[in-house]
Amino acid sequence: MPDTYFYRYDDFDRTLLSERVDQFRDQVRRRLSGELTEEQFKPLRLTNGLYLQLHAYMLRIAIPYGTLSTKQLRKLAEIARKYDRGYGHFTTRQNLQLNWIKLEDAPDAVAALAEVDMHAIQTSGNVIRNTTADHFAGAAADEIEDPRIWCEMIRQWSTLHPEFSFLPRKFKIAITGSPNDRAAVRVHDVGLRLWRNPEGQVGFEVIVGGGLGRTPIIGKTLREFLPKEDLLAYLEAVLRVYNRYGRRDNIYKARIKILVHELGVDKMREEVEAEFASTRDSALKLDPQTIEAITSQFAPPPLPHRPAMVGAVEALKIEDRDFALWLKSNTAPHRMAGYRIVTASLKPAGAPPGDASAAQMDGVADIADAYSWGEVRVSHEQNLVLPHVAIEDLPAVYAVLSKLGFAEANVGKITDIIACPGLDYCALANARSIPVAQSLSNHFSNLARQHDIGDLKVKISGCINACGHHHVGHIGILGVDKNGVELYQISLGGDVDFGKTSLGEIIGPAVGADEIVEAVDALVATYLERRREGERFVETYRRIGAEPFKERVYGAV
Amino acid sequence: MALYREGHIAPIDDDGPVALPLAEWLQAPTQAVALANTDQFNALRTHLGRLKLIALNFPKYTDGRAYSQARLLRGRLGYRGELRATGQVLLDQLPFMLRCGFDSFESEQAGFGAALARARTLFSVVYQGAEDDRLPASLLRLKRRNASEKLAAE
Ligand code: SF4
Repeated sequence: MPDTYFYRYDDFDRTLLSERVDQFRDQVRRRLSGELTEEQFKPLRLTNGLYLQLHAYMLRIAIPYGTLSTKQLRKLAEIARKYDRGYGHFTTRQNLQLNWIKLEDAPDAVAALAEVDMHAIQTSGNVIRNTTADHFAGAAADEIEDPRIWCEMIRQWSTLHPEFSFLPRKFKIAITGSPNDRAAVRVHDVGLRLWRNPEGQVGFEVIVGGGLGRTPIIGKTLREFLPKEDLLAYLEAVLRVYNRYGRRDNIYKARIKILVHELGVDKMREEVEAEFASTRDSALKLDPQTIEAITSQFAPPPLPHRPAMVGAVEALKIEDRDFALWLKSNTAPHRMAGYRIVTASLKPAGAPPGDASAAQMDGVADIADAYSWGEVRVSHEQNLVLPHVAIEDLPAVYAVLSKLGFAEANVGKITDIIACPGLDYCALANARSIPVAQSLSNHFSNLARQHDIGDLKVKISGCINACGHHHVGHIGILGVDKNGVELYQISLGGDVDFGKTSLGEIIGPAVGADEIVEAVDALVATYLERRREGERFVETYRRIGAEPFKERVYGAV
Repeated sequence: MALYREGHIAPIDDDGPVALPLAEWLQAPTQAVALANTDQFNALRTHLGRLKLIALNFPKYTDGRAYSQARLLRGRLGYRGELRATGQVLLDQLPFMLRCGFDSFESEQAGFGAALARARTLFSVVYQGAEDDRLPASLLRLKRRNASEKLAAE
């Protein structure tokens, strides 16, 4: 039996990785000796995931398509203990950030990562970043095809790409293999959606120029249907057009969304297709054997038959209300009867969203070994996922997750908050985001109440760079600075789920840090009063508009 | 500005033709042209056989447009003469530049010649094809698999 059910590194991958570690070690040595200026070193360290933050260096580790083996997760815990303060932060791009790295330790930290086939390559800088995917890939009941196969092809093609290592700006790709998009493909530089056309072939819808940040834009369809074997040839064409024509005069206008906006999507398509005409039949065309070789590595684990109806689970549901709530919110349908996908909530009441201690990482690895075929996923909602858990094992999994503090029954609920690092860590921040998330999380900690409120996504960014994705929060909160005072702007109606991508609208003047909980409370109260049977918060908002919410908030504040 | 070419650790003498900016060159085409990284170069197509030197510019080393120009000149137009990187050229760009088809470099950075001598061997594996005729890992894997299957069949 293979030791993992996703891509396994071979000698080629390992050689490249260790040579990259050597190169980085040499670059750090030259920086420490003064041979390289900070200006010269900056792009070099960035393309290996090393940021300079408020207090220290931050190392951003790539978790390709959010998939981890337990061996890898344990190594991350070990690295967090050895080179950081014993914890790590899972991000909205399925990466892990360590916030307290010393420059002289960074080469050893990436060497340790390489021991388990991991790296920090291209996790920042103006390059093609780590490609993200549906965190339920390979397990979801609604999946057409596993998107990670294609993420892996992109990983290889984009790694140290000689032509695209100095792009105008960063470049993010996301892929979904399900009609229920869980990868937010319409807010990425390139989003790829696998779908089956009327002729029965599976290919990609290619979406381009989406993104959040200061200029939030929903991506546009560049190509309805791209045959799978053309994926890399087409991406090379897109990237070449972007590299040549993307703006470089203004950092805020350098993303591909601005190029698409300025050219218009039709002209963009013309340029890309002209380029694609030349790349299409080149060596970039994917060979069926190559596709097959990678596909076979993502073959799902041989899940044995397990009962779909389990008496003990039914009994516990009646006995333990929290367990019943947990089943509802933290487990999702698996493609195999008898199994569920379990989400471990990294948002216990009052905790900073997405943080995990080394001990917790080890704990999750133990659970995954025992109950989920040794595999863990990182979701873009900053939670961890156990993709293949038998229904029979759910009570045991719930019990151990509870011990770790990761069994809060709040996935998709008001306290499953996404927040960027904000002013506590980030040099660009206007305001703190983590403390706001913590006070909301404490205020709404009652689980029965959360379940009554239902699906509600709160997303918080500490500045307009929008790392907390506030534009697509049902409730979005943005930190702004007015004469040195931290204030928060509230927007409503953003969404990225179920193919209904929309951007939130600001409802009025920003409120103070001490008023934000009250304001959110007012929004929730309005919804509870006005909702119709079965209507989610964002649906009520769409039906009745912003007015009733505004009145309540600004009356209350 | 020191000029480097593979095979020489020390800078070499620049005794070739002088590269003219494209606009000037179009008036009276010579053997050498210097392109800005925003220049369109379809006009060069008919002169490629005569050109001995094309210089591509990196106004800042973080401005990567000339990498695409290099690949198009080499791969698409089939240019085989000298392709020179000018402007802000730093040794950490060399592995990328060599793969895109550059073969001479203007740089003031200390240690540049020594770095050039090592640049092709920094990475023994590449993941994508470019202009240096190296086979990407995906093709090498395919070859290896086919060879072992053939061996098994024999
Ligand atoms: S949104 Fe702003 S404050 Fe938050 S992490 Fe991004 S840059 Fe920093």
